[in-house]
Amino acid sequence: MSEANRTVSVQVLLFARFAELLGTERLSLELPRPATLQSVLDQLRTLPGGGELPPRPLLARNQAQAPADTALSDGDEVAVLPPLAGG
Amino acid sequence: MAFLRAEPLDLARLVDAVTSPERGGISTFLGLVRNQHGGRPVVRLEYSAYAPMVEQECAVIIDEARARWPTAQVALEHRIGALDIGDAAVVVAAAAPHRDEAFAACRYVIEEVKRRVPIWKREYYADGSVGWVDPTAPGGSVPARPEAGQAG
Repeated sequence: MSEANRTVSVQVLLFARFAELLGTERLSLELPRPATLQSVLDQLRTLPGGGELPPRPLLARNQAQAPADTALSDGDEVAVLPPLAGG
Repeated sequence: MAFLRAEPLDLARLVDAVTSPERGGISTFLGLVRNQHGGRPVVRLEYSAYAPMVEQECAVIIDEARARWPTAQVALEHRIGALDIGDAAVVVAAAAPHRDEAFAACRYVIEEVKRRVPIWKREYYADGSVGWVDPTAPGGSVPARPEAGQAG
């Protein structure tokens, strides 16, 4: 089985305070299959600054909020959202 | 239609957009930048957003309002970028044949915007410090890094 089949490749977007914590607004992650939004959080926590992420941040898959156990596919756009403060 | 706007908001333009001969009532909400937060003097702020998701969520909220009040017409805009005290941050205009539906639709839209739309607020305080507004945090904000890049 090729490497491409054993992993899921996703784009991760970080915003506001979370972008400050991780020092970037965008990164690519290769996750072992099967991957979920929780897998993204688990990987982010291993990066510098990632340990400061809250236990259960809001998550989005392809621009819609989704629970942490949502399965991911190749090419998905994942966003980790700080507490919302619009209006 | 773009709900996120980089230029100053214009309530009159939104009112025009929802006005029609059969709608005799228009309710509006205008949200302004306050000069303090939790007692801390604020001098300016910056909104940043997950722009494509904001556009999607706002369209869904408008659709929901139309489904609940089928006779209503609703318009919504939210600012992005740097704002001064007193600037309009969000505007909602809801027109309906009668006032009950207009008030209800306007209220629904602004409450759902605050609850669901991915926008963040970076506040600059009078003492030189900077914070991210966080409704879940004690005091309503957490410290930000003053040297961080501009909101976008």
